[in-house]
Amino acid sequence: MNKGVAITGMGIISSIGDNVEENLNALKSVSHGISRIEFLETRQRDAIMVGEIKKTNEDFVKELGLDSDNSFSRTAMIGAIAAKEALKSANITDPDEYRTGFVSGTSVGGMDMTEQYYLGYHETKEYRRYIEAQHAGFTTQSISKYIGINGYVSTISTACSSAANAIMLGARLIKAGKIDRMVVGGTDALSKFTINGFGTLMILSDSACTPFDNNRKGLNLGEAAAYIVLESEDIVEKDNKEVLGRVSGWANANDAYHQTASSSNGEGAYLAMKEAMEIAGLSIDNIDYINAHGTATPNNDLSEGVAMTRIFGEDKVPVFSSTKAFTGHTLAAAGSVEAIYSILSIRENLIFPNLNFQTQMEEFDLIPQTKLISKNIKTVLSNSFGFGGNCSTLIFTK
Amino acid sequence: MAELREELKEKIIEQLSLEDVEVSEIGDDDSLFGDGLGLDSIDALELIVLLEKDYGIKLKDPKEGKAIFESIGVMADYIAKNRTK
Amino acid sequence: MKKEEYYILDYCTIKNHSIFKNGNLIYSDTESETLKGFAKSIYKFLGLSYPKFHKMDNLCKLGFLASEVLIKDNVKLDEDTALVLSNKASSLDTDRKHQESIQDREDFFPSPAVFVYTLPNIIMGEISIKNKLKSENAFFISEEFDTELMYTYSKILLNTEKASSVICGWVDLDTNKYDVFLAFLSKKGKIKLTKEELNKLYNQ
Repeated sequence: MNKGVAITGMGIISSIGDNVEENLNALKSVSHGISRIEFLETRQRDAIMVGEIKKTNEDFVKELGLDSDNSFSRTAMIGAIAAKEALKSANITDPDEYRTGFVSGTSVGGMDMTEQYYLGYHETKEYRRYIEAQHAGFTTQSISKYIGINGYVSTISTACSSAANAIMLGARLIKAGKIDRMVVGGTDALSKFTINGFGTLMILSDSACTPFDNNRKGLNLGEAAAYIVLESEDIVEKDNKEVLGRVSGWANANDAYHQTASSSNGEGAYLAMKEAMEIAGLSIDNIDYINAHGTATPNNDLSEGVAMTRIFGEDKVPVFSSTKAFTGHTLAAAGSVEAIYSILSIRENLIFPNLNFQTQMEEFDLIPQTKLISKNIKTVLSNSFGFGGNCSTLIFTK
Repeated sequence: MAELREELKEKIIEQLSLEDVEVSEIGDDDSLFGDGLGLDSIDALELIVLLEKDYGIKLKDPKEGKAIFESIGVMADYIAKNRTK
Repeated sequence: MKKEEYYILDYCTIKNHSIFKNGNLIYSDTESETLKGFAKSIYKFLGLSYPKFHKMDNLCKLGFLASEVLIKDNVKLDEDTALVLSNKASSLDTDRKHQESIQDREDFFPSPAVFVYTLPNIIMGEISIKNKLKSENAFFISEEFDTELMYTYSKILLNTEKASSVICGWVDLDTNKYDVFLAFLSKKGKIKLTKEELNKLYNQ
């Protein structure tokens, strides 16, 4: 088995909590974060349910101690909060002590602000500070500057697999000895842009989402930011670091089927899971739990389910659940949100339930884990699939 | 009705960017999806927008589209019966 | 990890109404007034027959056409060909269209066919669909063509045998200003793959 890259810190903010501990408590007490929209101005307000963080942008400005003329988008602010927690949890006080990089996935970037202000750029001078914030890279740089990382900084934009791909890139760079320490993950806030876009695809549910249920109606969008800290073996030994878990397998494959839909045989998902297990040096019997992508769209859950049965055999699919019914689908942050849930799963020996499931899908004999259970967990496989056929799988080990 | 059918053909070609297709090549009973015009799921969603925008017909469930978009003929009948503009 | 030599087998550039392969002009079109028209004239010039092309947004069209030119004289692309692309403006060109469609409460008709292109990595999806590539994809956003990143990422893929060859490059479009450069990296070729070469060819 591949030893994997050490995870030494993590930070998260989502609709079920402002930090890792709050997220864990919500998962353990099975209290979800799906609600009506409170803060975002949108005509869809009463039509859909979302995973909204119940804090205003002003709350975040205060929490982060930003100037009143800052150009942080909501996406950048929640990113800064999660990244700060990640550094703190890894006991990093001086990010420049080692070669440290920051890779962040996002699909919204600055749009949550620019969509509100861009018609006013001509008349209102104060709005113009958001012009440069539009750029996805600006979001990443705002966060990296805030937390004091000045080394290698990069942005990944591969839709809903962005954060998973950021983690994969971080693990590889450390493995290849190119860098000593990486803070990796993703961030996306709710925006009108994404809500109305997913609306046109008619894949938004008007009620709480029901992953892997035969009568699933679509997804709930959510907002979140989550980052993990990866460190080289040298640092871990030298500084006697506590290792929370390891990233041991990773793979990305293209489904090569459709711009937004997944193929009916789940080819991309199948390839990503297969290759990630190969890289980790693990066989199908070693996987204790799958944190599925499970968005609750008719298309994703069918395609992902088929891919799982192809890999493991229909009667041998490991215990699996989708945690999307807790947080909503947090798009470019989903991969790192679920990375943290996977690490917590290993740390706490718990499997977090797939909420709202009632009826088994007619296409196959798969039933997700619907209750919180205790289980000895050494290995978790986590899936994140994005539009553009971009399929990623990560494997976390003890 | 013939007029509506022609109108639909033009709109579909325009809206779905079927640059290599002429109005005369689309038969009233040709299937639009699958082997016929080879439209896909995004095209189906685009047709749902077209129904709402141009004819004031709002579909709630994308599955309803399947039967309505079987062919130009079926689509024209449905629009004639349900249009609000 | 393998330490083989790798080469830049072919490269393609689209700029200033013209398309170049390995530095040689292969087609130029100063007549077309729109980018859509320009893309269509290249499509015709290449003799392509691929109806899905017309549905793509302009960014995808540019990336797709460059990939077609890149592989034009080669045999079929290997299934293990990875795609590592980057740009500055992400999918801004189409993002604006989607934004405009949700701006007016009275005339509110966002289009699914527009929204599907509001992500830059869809270019790689389109290239993958056409060539049946099920390989690794990565899309980066940076201020300018980041030779170091493109080189390092591609090299890791090749050295770890994750990919047999890589198409890497820059596909950028913002309000009719475009800049496209794709390079095909493989074990064959005459130009040795180095950071300096990659940078030189991009700036050519």
